[in-house]
Amino acid sequence: MHCQAPKNQARDLDTLDRRLIDSYQRGLPVCTRPFHTVAERLGTSEAEVIARLECLQARGVLSRVGPVFDHARAGASLLAAVAVPEAERDAFAELINAAPGVNHNYAREHDYNLWFVMTAPDEPELEARLETLESRLGLPILRLPMLEGFHIDLSFPIPWAELERT
Amino acid sequence: MSTATPLSLDTARAPGEPDAHRRLRALLEQGLPLTPRPWQALAEQAGMAEEEVMACVRRWQADGMIKRLGLVVRHRRLGIQANAMVVWDVPDERVALVGRRLARETAVTLCYRRPRRLPDWPYNLFCMIHGARRERVLGELAAIVERLDLGELEHRVLFSTHAYRQCGGRYVREGAA
Repeated sequence: MHCQAPKNQARDLDTLDRRLIDSYQRGLPVCTRPFHTVAERLGTSEAEVIARLECLQARGVLSRVGPVFDHARAGASLLAAVAVPEAERDAFAELINAAPGVNHNYAREHDYNLWFVMTAPDEPELEARLETLESRLGLPILRLPMLEGFHIDLSFPIPWAELERT
Repeated sequence: MSTATPLSLDTARAPGEPDAHRRLRALLEQGLPLTPRPWQALAEQAGMAEEEVMACVRRWQADGMIKRLGLVVRHRRLGIQANAMVVWDVPDERVALVGRRLARETAVTLCYRRPRRLPDWPYNLFCMIHGARRERVLGELAAIVERLDLGELEHRVLFSTHAYRQCGGRYVREGAA
């Protein structure tokens, strides 16, 4: 396996890479040598598992191996949206990315065309960050905090066969 | 992605939480060191014992602070390019029921109730559907609407056209929503 970073990498992942991804988006064991346990379950060696994970991380397929924290409990956060002139969208998106605490920022097909998650250690700081950013943007920010979560599992089955065809 | 801002500055301080635990959370947000004994490596950095680190992680898993532990995938890098946020205007008395039913659909990866912001924003239920291609996502959505009998609910599909930053659940830095 080569540690390079082409765009659609699904085709370049072999069976062991895919089994790692399919089996361990959750449930990494909390024991002294977790990668040894993973290796035993997948019929390979600890060194191989570590090498594969390093490579997947280097190629950007994985952002990390670790816990996903519940935002709502680990600090303050909300989903925010702004309607910016489409022609200047990149410049506005840069201003948003430059603000402290922004951790997702997507363009979407709507009058509210920039959507981001603003986070902070606590609620007052969250509001302060939003107000500062609002004045930088010169535009009101739509504040959409989570009121109730029905689904908090971010893992998602990878449709390998379909990705092979794209 | 991946700005190197020190996470510890921004990691929320739970009341009464020991400094070492807060340091551990900040370290964990950056991912496990890929070594045979990652908990031991984290323990050394956080100034804790390996056993204590593992106990902390197990406790955070049990109380829901940690939602899952494992490989955090960047779906776009695998060619999963279509990312739709579907927003619904559901009568308040039905929103919890509809939310729970949507959340059980395998295509739905997240489902949240959020406030309406009238008059600009009438939608109070949000879910995410991911797929390799746009047509596939729209097909999944049509099947869900049919199956759950949601045809009469006003909804909009907001596909993402560009990711300016994609961060999987950390507080300062890079993810996948």
